[in-house]
Amino acid sequence: MSVDIKTVKRVAHLARIAVSDEDAERMTGELNAILGFVEQLNEVDVSGVEPMTSVTPMAMKKRQDVVTDGNKAADIVANAPATTENFFLVPKVVE
Amino acid sequence: MTDLTRLTIAEARTKLDNREISAVELTDAYLAAIDAGNSALNAYVAVTHDKAREMAKASDARLANGEGRALEGIPLGIKDLFATEGVHTQACSHILDGFKPRYESTVTANLWADGAVMLGKLNMDEFAMGSSNETSYYGPVVNPWRRKRSVQVVEPTTHAGEGGFVSSGAGVREGEATDNMRLVPGGSSGGSAAAVAAFLCAGATATDTGGSIRQPAAFTGTVGIKPTYGRVSRWGTVAFASSLDQAGPIARDVRDAAILLKSMASVDPKDTTSTDLPVPDYAAAIGKSVKGMKIGIPKEYRVEGMPEEIEALWQKGIAWLKDAGAEIVDITLPHTKYALPAYYIVAPAEASSNLARYDGVRYGLRVPGRDIVEMYENTRAAGFGREVKRRIMIGTYVLSAGYYDAYYLKAQKVRTLIKRDFEQVFEQGVEAILTPATPSAAFGIADEDLANDPVKMYLNDIFTVTVNMAGLPGIAVPAGLDGHGLPLGLQLIGRPFDEETLFRTAYVIEQAAGRFQPEKWW
Repeated sequence: MSVDIKTVKRVAHLARIAVSDEDAERMTGELNAILGFVEQLNEVDVSGVEPMTSVTPMAMKKRQDVVTDGNKAADIVANAPATTENFFLVPKVVE
Repeated sequence: MTDLTRLTIAEARTKLDNREISAVELTDAYLAAIDAGNSALNAYVAVTHDKAREMAKASDARLANGEGRALEGIPLGIKDLFATEGVHTQACSHILDGFKPRYESTVTANLWADGAVMLGKLNMDEFAMGSSNETSYYGPVVNPWRRKRSVQVVEPTTHAGEGGFVSSGAGVREGEATDNMRLVPGGSSGGSAAAVAAFLCAGATATDTGGSIRQPAAFTGTVGIKPTYGRVSRWGTVAFASSLDQAGPIARDVRDAAILLKSMASVDPKDTTSTDLPVPDYAAAIGKSVKGMKIGIPKEYRVEGMPEEIEALWQKGIAWLKDAGAEIVDITLPHTKYALPAYYIVAPAEASSNLARYDGVRYGLRVPGRDIVEMYENTRAAGFGREVKRRIMIGTYVLSAGYYDAYYLKAQKVRTLIKRDFEQVFEQGVEAILTPATPSAAFGIADEDLANDPVKMYLNDIFTVTVNMAGLPGIAVPAGLDGHGLPLGLQLIGRPFDEETLFRTAYVIEQAAGRFQPEKWW
């Protein structure tokens, strides 16, 4: 499979990355090179093979449903580019 | 006075315990080496002078009371991927500008709890995506090794870990001097490998998603181990591909790597993939015989176009292990060639999800836009470098509606087959697998062939990536020099949670090959 510039622009929007026409053009070539490279997986017969879902054969650990952390609002917003009163500030979302 | 930075961790610990040297002296020696050499090598992106001296002072107080812990007073470099409280943590990306976490990663917390001293944060490929350290926002790291410079090969004269400096007496070979071309140290842990090789830290933390510990270790003549998936906690380590990422050390020799891994590894309730197994004393495995051990040689690692020197190195490794009494068996890992293409689906897919959090809202860079979506798009366009964007795009594409089954699901099935290959070999009694670590020695910075062809760059990880796909442990150990005097490494792959066998076997190779140090020019 290969991608065209329209697809690249759509994927860039899905990934929330602004691209210029020039970027999109270059990325089309690069992405097609990578997609061409992974194409060889089509040679592999995977019928009846389960996809890997856990790297080590183990059940996911569960913890007690208790509060172990918290009261860190100031820490959580400490690195944000814009905050007020322990809230993250973003451009206006709702008209 | 003898240069304290030349001491291995094991040697320095003995001298610190005996009060022959102080932790402050040792730390100051490293800080001076960094201040003098880092502008040429660019291995550190942040140096924490004050914190280092403070930690060293605290270590001296403990040592004076005879309360030294496993890494008491040992100055380490930390890859910029590990969250360090109040200290520069940016995964060498522009998008994390100014980020100083309010928490400490489990790995670094474990190291400090064992008395280690932090020298600073080490350069790396942006978000650990790269094989040359050239994708860093902070610029490339320069390999302390140069082509055809005069080189010293030091044969070990004493048991590693016993007192005394590595002598440059008997057993030193001299090469010739020529080329000043700057070479890459490999990646993504290029800063870690270069700093260890150039004596700018006693040891370093690193991470490995497709080869990012083992390939730079091989390019710099250092020892690097990627432990079994689940052995080292991923909590507080900036995520790249969560089912592949695993932290490990880069060190000057096998024993130091074993000492560091013992401290880094733990069972961590904060990481649900952390495995409930006690951490063994890895260093205790060193020096144990490999007599009768079955070592597998996979024919699929003999790839087309591989330089003859790599093949010769591999044969040398086989001969050393045979001489030590190991039984060499030919094995087959038929799905090897599909590991890299499957990796370039799985890793970007996971990365595109993990990197969705960098949106200009919670931390780091924000570039304004007309509305919130444009703000996201502008921030991510300005904040991520080319390689990172490329991988996010691939990941977003393979996970997008209509393509999931053809790409991601297929790759995860191939991954099952890759793992099964290894399981079948281990069931036959094979305890470790010997392969080359990389298909070449270090290459030049800004190599045009590689810069213009992302797939060609990806091929650097051809021998290492299978190990991540199967979640196995793998160690890279220096084994010789190529015709240009550059280090080359061998890789040993082990059974899950059997890092001890890797240390034991790697030590046999190290004893036979000797240790390799670049001639100082920086």
